Amino acid sequence: MSANTDVKTYAGFRSITLLCLVILYAPLIVVTVYSFNASESITAWGGWSLRWYADVFIGPESAKFQQAAINSFSMATIAATAATAIATAAATAIVRGGKYRLRTPSLGLITLPIMVPEIVLAVATLIFFNAIGFTRGYMTILVAHIAFCIPFAYLPIQARMQGIEDTFEHAAMDLYATKAQAFKRILLPLMMPGIISGFLLAFIVSLDDFIITNFVKGAGIETLPTAIFGSVKQGLKPNIMAISTMLLSLSIVMVTISYFVSKFDNTK
Amino acid sequence: MAGGAATGGSAASDTYNQARNWLLMPSWLVLGFFVFTPVCVMVIYSFLTKEFRGGVIWEPTLAAYDQFFFDRGLFGDSDPTLQWTYIEIFWRSIWQAGLATILSLLIGFPTAYYIATRPAKTRAIWVFLITIPYWVNLLIRTVSMKFLLRDEGPMNDFLINVGILSEPLQIVNTNIAVQLGLFYSYLPFMVLPIYAAVERYNFTMSEAAADLYATKWTTLRRIVLPAVKPGVIAGCILVFVPSLGAFLAPDLLGGAKNFMIGSLIEEQFKGNAGNWPFGAAASMILLSMVLVLLIIFASQQRRAGATT
Repeated sequence: MSANTDVKTYAGFRSITLLCLVILYAPLIVVTVYSFNASESITAWGGWSLRWYADVFIGPESAKFQQAAINSFSMATIAATAATAIATAAATAIVRGGKYRLRTPSLGLITLPIMVPEIVLAVATLIFFNAIGFTRGYMTILVAHIAFCIPFAYLPIQARMQGIEDTFEHAAMDLYATKAQAFKRILLPLMMPGIISGFLLAFIVSLDDFIITNFVKGAGIETLPTAIFGSVKQGLKPNIMAISTMLLSLSIVMVTISYFVSKFDNTK
Repeated sequence: MAGGAATGGSAASDTYNQARNWLLMPSWLVLGFFVFTPVCVMVIYSFLTKEFRGGVIWEPTLAAYDQFFFDRGLFGDSDPTLQWTYIEIFWRSIWQAGLATILSLLIGFPTAYYIATRPAKTRAIWVFLITIPYWVNLLIRTVSMKFLLRDEGPMNDFLINVGILSEPLQIVNTNIAVQLGLFYSYLPFMVLPIYAAVERYNFTMSEAAADLYATKWTTLRRIVLPAVKPGVIAGCILVFVPSLGAFLAPDLLGGAKNFMIGSLIEEQFKGNAGNWPFGAAASMILLSMVLVLLIIFASQQRRAGATT
């Protein structure tokens, strides 16, 4: 046993792993800590305080951030719901639809938004909306978000469905359930962990998107990332760190839920 | 993430084969209309004439590509000479993305290897720890990186207080800041595929090598590395491709001197000063580069799959 681990382990790999975690987390931790800074300056430490969180909610820029938050959260909810529904249907056709010619092109189309560089997708979407005369605003952002969220919702759902043997549905149909009933009463509940984790990932991806939103949003409408970007361009301010901390905590909570839900095994 | 996406169901059945066209319809409509068609329209736009207030005139021309590669003087009537400005921006992007990829590999490979050799129970937790930062808003992560690296930021403060430095390191607005930003943005993409490959690696091969008096580093180089090569290539592609077209890291960390493809494209669509056909052409060139990389990658993976 000790000889075995000896062959496997390399001196220094453990330190590099710890360094990797420090690199990944240090910027996030530093911003979180400084979001509680009482000082006016972003450099000097003035003790702990919640003043910048108060500033986000009732400060001079609060109206702007509030509107941006409403836009972001409503879009993320609608986009993730639509993308999850579309992805669930597509996954059923691809995993449970047998072998057919459209299968591979369909998979290619579904994963297209993550193959194409984001900036290219942003340019293409802007040009397309312009060509068909779709005025830029809330709807253009929403439609673009639904489209690029589909692969993020699709992948966990497909992974989940592949892990479910079709014996459950066949058993139901042997007992005279229709295919629709077998889907609704058997497959859908078993797929639920995949669907929830797909929804949460799509939600985060929509909430976090900057590049595509920035291209297709048009003047006069902001989401949280575009509002933050606009602010940062004027210089780093402590209230931005407070918003960032809230957003990053939300992402971490949602990814954690998604992780545990997808681990949950209800097929036994 | 993109790498493993193209594998369909292995436990596939045909229970819903009658309904499959209906089930696929919504995704075909949405993605066909809002992703596939726009990319095609972008191809057309790259061959149109620019309109001065942003937008295009429907007259086919190669002007956008011509402008990218050739310089015809101020009035467009001189003999064409090779135009280096844009080629240089692309070259710089390749270089920056390449360095970020190498840096990610240097940190990512040992990390992935270390995680994959942990007991099965703790592995999932390690992987989860590596994944979390990816899901945090890229903009927030880039801003955080800028905050940390600033001249009077916490990192310089720390290094000066500990006595390693006497003057702050000026990193922000240099190439190094962009490389660090790209590296930081996409590091999890390097770790995860390598981890998946090392986890499947059969360690009895390392033992056999040790029994035959290979040193550990020889074993790593000659036995482990070739076996996990597909994972390493996947990681490199997943870091290099998004780095190449990145906008936030060069824009926020690099400043005006360290222009990359992403910023060049973005500028063509900002306000009235832009040139849409040129932006579309630059996007097309970027997209073609990425597609070539992905095709090479796919054929590599297929070959690796065939030999094992």
